[in-house]
Amino acid sequence: MDNRERRTTDTGSPPPDARRTGGDGRGASRAHERVPAPPRDRPALRVIGDDGRPDTERDPQLTDDEAVTIYRAMVRSRRVDARLLKLQRQGRVGFHVGHLGEEAAIIGAAAALEPRDWIVPCYREAGAALYRGFPLQDYVDHMFGNAGDFAHGRQMPDHFVSEPLHILSVSAPIGTQIPHAVGLAMAMKRAGRDEVAAVYFGDGATSSDGFHSAMNFAGVFKAPVVFLCRNNGYAISLPTARQCAAEALADKAVGYGMPALCCDGNDALAVVATVREAAAHAREGRGPTFVELLTYRLGAHSTSDDPTRYRDEAEVERWRARDPVVRMRAYLIERGAWTERDEASLVEAVDAEVREAVVAAEAKPKPALHEMFREVYEAQPWHLRDQERECLSVARTKEPA
Amino acid sequence: MAEMTLVQAIGDALRVEMRDDPDVLVLGEDVARVGGVFRVTSGLLDEFGEDRVLDTPLNEGGIIGTAIGMALYGLRPVAEIQFADFIYPGFDQLVSEASKYRYRSGGEYHVPMVVRAPYGGGIKGGQYHSQSPEALFIHTAGLKVVCPSNPYDAKGLLASAIRDDDPVLFFEPKRVYRAMKMDVPGERYTVPLSQAKVVRAGTDVTCVAWGAMLFEAAAAAEKCAAERVSVELIDPRTLWPLDLDTLLESVEKTGRLVVVHEAPRTCGFGAELVALLSERAFLHLEAPPRRVTGFDTPFPYTHENEYLPLEHRITPALLETARY
Repeated sequence: MDNRERRTTDTGSPPPDARRTGGDGRGASRAHERVPAPPRDRPALRVIGDDGRPDTERDPQLTDDEAVTIYRAMVRSRRVDARLLKLQRQGRVGFHVGHLGEEAAIIGAAAALEPRDWIVPCYREAGAALYRGFPLQDYVDHMFGNAGDFAHGRQMPDHFVSEPLHILSVSAPIGTQIPHAVGLAMAMKRAGRDEVAAVYFGDGATSSDGFHSAMNFAGVFKAPVVFLCRNNGYAISLPTARQCAAEALADKAVGYGMPALCCDGNDALAVVATVREAAAHAREGRGPTFVELLTYRLGAHSTSDDPTRYRDEAEVERWRARDPVVRMRAYLIERGAWTERDEASLVEAVDAEVREAVVAAEAKPKPALHEMFREVYEAQPWHLRDQERECLSVARTKEPA
Repeated sequence: MAEMTLVQAIGDALRVEMRDDPDVLVLGEDVARVGGVFRVTSGLLDEFGEDRVLDTPLNEGGIIGTAIGMALYGLRPVAEIQFADFIYPGFDQLVSEASKYRYRSGGEYHVPMVVRAPYGGGIKGGQYHSQSPEALFIHTAGLKVVCPSNPYDAKGLLASAIRDDDPVLFFEPKRVYRAMKMDVPGERYTVPLSQAKVVRAGTDVTCVAWGAMLFEAAAAAEKCAAERVSVELIDPRTLWPLDLDTLLESVEKTGRLVVVHEAPRTCGFGAELVALLSERAFLHLEAPPRRVTGFDTPFPYTHENEYLPLEHRITPALLETARY
């Protein structure tokens, strides 16, 4: 399989004038252009008002179809998320990383990219994979670690991958994936392909080694990368203010010579507009952009976490009132592109789809035991052949005939 | 055919592989303009340009992390870590990412990357320019570890490593970077990975050594011959996955085993070799297997030639094992 064979579609409509908080594009082709510091007086970009009406000047001008597609993906991923949480609580799924409240940041960013662009996920972006067309059954099979799992039960739940969709593989260490996006982008640039690498990570990852080395390499090599920082307020229990002493995470971009954009991460249109601008910047050969998506993790860090130990319910309630799904729905209804009836049929369809996927997943057997010993290397060396034989000879799990 | 040092042969391997495959590129600290601090990559920038010979910022995690990204895209990056002692900031990328990518993605992605690093003592490098960290990477499932001892093998092994679809650590014995010249073909050729070489045939005791210590072991074998002890000397060349059969065949013949390595003894690769061969050749053994290794201290500066398992430590171990 050749990763470099891929679709070549047009870039799409020109980017909107989202508020760039650094880098005015002057002398953009120069190799080591200095970028001014992000001005403090500009607020994060917001497009959808509380009443559902968009700021017409900042509206990314999505078609009805595009806007509805994003909304449907947000609702779908929220309901999948809720169902998986229940399955975990019932002991049917081992683990789950939820994304309640972050749907606009996750899916809006994915929607701002072209299908040929690469997504380098953290572990909270199953919604982006589903938006790109990762089959729900494949995701649910992976969550169960069954015979249908692409990874044959080798990874914990929520560690998805899709080479055909240009989505890299998820790992659990924080920030280690960020340099991979830079390497991809350096390779794309060298190949002269009109592609962008977008890498997701949380606010906590801005403290990691991988973040700093990746930002530095991207700046030096002017790599076509979009750094997508989902600032959801917490890294497990640690609030962002304790993670970093800078006024804004976006300030970090200055030190690496790249522009920063900041937007309301609970506003899907603002996310689309902002990420489109960053991607266009990269596509034009002007290098990386750091994007801070201001959002909030309404749920726990993972099914192993109890957020009541470190934050106030009142704070959560304030953010619940800024629900990204509710806001996008208000926008679509205001626009006349969505009705309550559409909502009811979407919910019904998604729930049925999830129900069927879960039933199918639970009917599947465990992955074959020998898969534990395969694909460590391209060809299986003698010691793994020996260990596979040793394991199978006394295994309590029988291999399928 | 030309006479080449180890440094020249490795540089030549990079040159011919880069000529043959435009997806091969080199990155690391000081590799482009000055051709690396040991000059291994000298001349590559002029021939292949800045697109394929990249001077990087000083960050090993960044070098290995971006090389992984390039490899995932389909390139074949060869990253240089200036000294093996400085590989630890990139350890997470090797252990958590490169080694596990194929496995965890169900084979959807793989990482065809080589990480080259000069290793070992004997150049008055002290604690941080002398280490031999191979066991850390052998212990990590999914990595291959290669350690050439001479120019011919180095060129052929590096060619195999670059063409291999798994991540390969290529440890270069800098103590012998310029210690010998050897006839090396100018054209492309490969020495297969995971194939050991019997460097000297013998009947009384098997000695396994690699990298710079191979020459110390060879000198010891010569001394043993004068004492009428015949040593069979084996260079594994690829440490992992190991060519166990060649080692096993020898130990079954001689019944005696001495393993030599620079790295500290405890949990060094010698421990694994002794275990593997004891498990499989127990009834052939005539003497306890021995390890002649670096000591379990940080690598010392002044007394490095007492720390290293040089000939004067190997010879008595071979004789005692042979006469046990």
